[in-house]
Amino acid sequence: MQYKSQAVAKPYFIAAIGLFVGQILFGLILGLQYVIGDFMFPEIPFNVARMVHTNLLIVWLLFGFMGAAYYLVPEEAERELVSPGLALLMFWVFLVAGALTILGYLLVPYSGLAELTRNELLPTMGREFLEQPTITKLGIVVVALAFVFNIGLTILKGRKTVVSLVLLIGLVGLAVFFLFSFYNPDNLVKDKYYWWWVVHLWVEGVWELILGSILAFVLIKTTGVDREVIEKWLYVIIAMTLITGIIGTGHHFYWIGAPEYWQWWGSIFSALEPIPFFMMTVFAFNMVNRRRRNHPNKAAILWALGTAVMAFLGAGVWGFLHTLSPVNYYTHGTQITAAHGHMAFYGAYVMIVLTMISYAMPMLRGREAANSNRSQVLEMWSFWLMTVSIVFITLFLTGAGILQVYLQRFSADPLPFMVVQDKIALFYWMREVAGLVFLIGLLTYVASFFVGSREPEATVAVAEKA
Amino acid sequence: MMSNNMETSAAAPVGVQPATRPAYPPGDLAIWIFILAELLVFAVFFAAYAFTRMNHVELFNEYQATLNRDAALINTLALLTSSYFVMRGVVAAREGNNALCARWIWAAVAMGVVFVVVKSTEYAHHLGAGVSLSTNDFYMFYLSLTFFHFMHVILGMVILAAVAVKARSGGYSVEDHTGVETGASYWHMVDLLWLILFPLVYVMR
Repeated sequence: MQYKSQAVAKPYFIAAIGLFVGQILFGLILGLQYVIGDFMFPEIPFNVARMVHTNLLIVWLLFGFMGAAYYLVPEEAERELVSPGLALLMFWVFLVAGALTILGYLLVPYSGLAELTRNELLPTMGREFLEQPTITKLGIVVVALAFVFNIGLTILKGRKTVVSLVLLIGLVGLAVFFLFSFYNPDNLVKDKYYWWWVVHLWVEGVWELILGSILAFVLIKTTGVDREVIEKWLYVIIAMTLITGIIGTGHHFYWIGAPEYWQWWGSIFSALEPIPFFMMTVFAFNMVNRRRRNHPNKAAILWALGTAVMAFLGAGVWGFLHTLSPVNYYTHGTQITAAHGHMAFYGAYVMIVLTMISYAMPMLRGREAANSNRSQVLEMWSFWLMTVSIVFITLFLTGAGILQVYLQRFSADPLPFMVVQDKIALFYWMREVAGLVFLIGLLTYVASFFVGSREPEATVAVAEKA
Repeated sequence: MMSNNMETSAAAPVGVQPATRPAYPPGDLAIWIFILAELLVFAVFFAAYAFTRMNHVELFNEYQATLNRDAALINTLALLTSSYFVMRGVVAAREGNNALCARWIWAAVAMGVVFVVVKSTEYAHHLGAGVSLSTNDFYMFYLSLTFFHFMHVILGMVILAAVAVKARSGGYSVEDHTGVETGASYWHMVDLLWLILFPLVYVMR
């Protein structure tokens, strides 16, 4: 760790991992409710479990991004953070607000939560992924502003690199597009239209810039390849991301009452969204193959390569699967979407945050560069357990989705929704089993932080033998 | 090979006389990856146009007649001329003549301005007549394709202007003029796309 203020990243990373565990537990409850409808009812109804599962994901990824930025920016800017105190204060504000919101979901009926938080003053609740009470949303804005201020000023006062500027553009974009969550028009078409400006322009726009810059940073650090080369790749990748991703928003506008030209715009541009992800895969492998030194942190490199591959598969390939409007006509809102969602979020965003944690945490905990060999081996086990099980979750949901599309929408005698759900139950059971393996992988990951911490650090030679 | 170029293309290979044997591909390899990706986007768009036209030939022919082919021809000539100017700029840069290079590149930018002005009057005419993306399939494609290309012309002009400014301040040399070639490559792509777009949308019946 070169700068003292990088230490503020640590609580962010710890909170991220903690919330990640919570997200997966609720995912397992949710998965079981697909086949045992009244499981844990009425304590945790399906809609609440789903809300907690998705909201926790977003919140912990935000914790991860912030932690990553607080670690990365001082090193890139070659100076301390402008205000480490503000960063710590915002950590607690965000954590308490997030915890209260989740408790609100779990303990109070949703309509009661809306009343309790005076939603009627500025109604923003009741929309998928943006379920947070208005007061929480305002809290998120405050945290995001303080965060962007802290990071932005540090970058502006220090050395400006392509990596940190791309990161900053991504973070500012994240904050700006979130503001559309306050726009809640009565017109349902407009409501949906701008809702996607938050949801899509986050995950298929500005978040990809954050992903690209974190990946570039870790690759610079672990491979020793010239910064110039890595920056050039980053430029090309983000240019393609923005060209395809921004207009690609149109693939959400097919069936919501938006003008017809979106069928074309959405299909054409989003069909090309896999390109930047593919470039990222080529980029990561290329840089690692041409590394100038062997970094002792093998686990971090594994995560970096993993995220490049899995993001391409999950976001690129599984996204393309149902992005063309004539295909989406049948697949819209089926388990195909769920399959894509799981692998894309895991591959692109979970794994990039874990890449950064894997790279930075050893230093944050006082190591020179890497954890002990034993700890790394366990971490790599967790990598494979989680990655393989998410592949199976995705495949089972894809199978369920294909059957669902056929039975419910494509065949000569379409069956009702719930009848079809019964028929595809086997796939849901297998998904649940894969989910359990994922939990085991995640617990293994957590365990890797407590194993071998008294053993000496892995060196290049030792790591190579392993 | 690709990755090697990505690293070394910033400078001509050691021992090779750039004036006699220019590096291949000219310019930075990154721009070629970008160009290929851009060509792919347009290719998909052109294919979508062709398939839709196949099913609505009469509609496409009818509304194609409302386009101003003379204006498009002027624009074709403007872009072709600009590509010639850019080429002269590259030759000047390879000979190490920065001032001459800057003059040719600025001349190319001027041709770009001609294109933008002519195209804008066309848009003004159509929008004034109440045409929009939702009018019909032909206008949807006409407006989308030409506007997407229009944005590329503007981006190309920005890139060329940056090259011209750097050339004016003596930023290139016989040994290192990759930047000029990079900008020129991108501009030729913008020109090439128009050479497909013009017959496809304006002329083909």
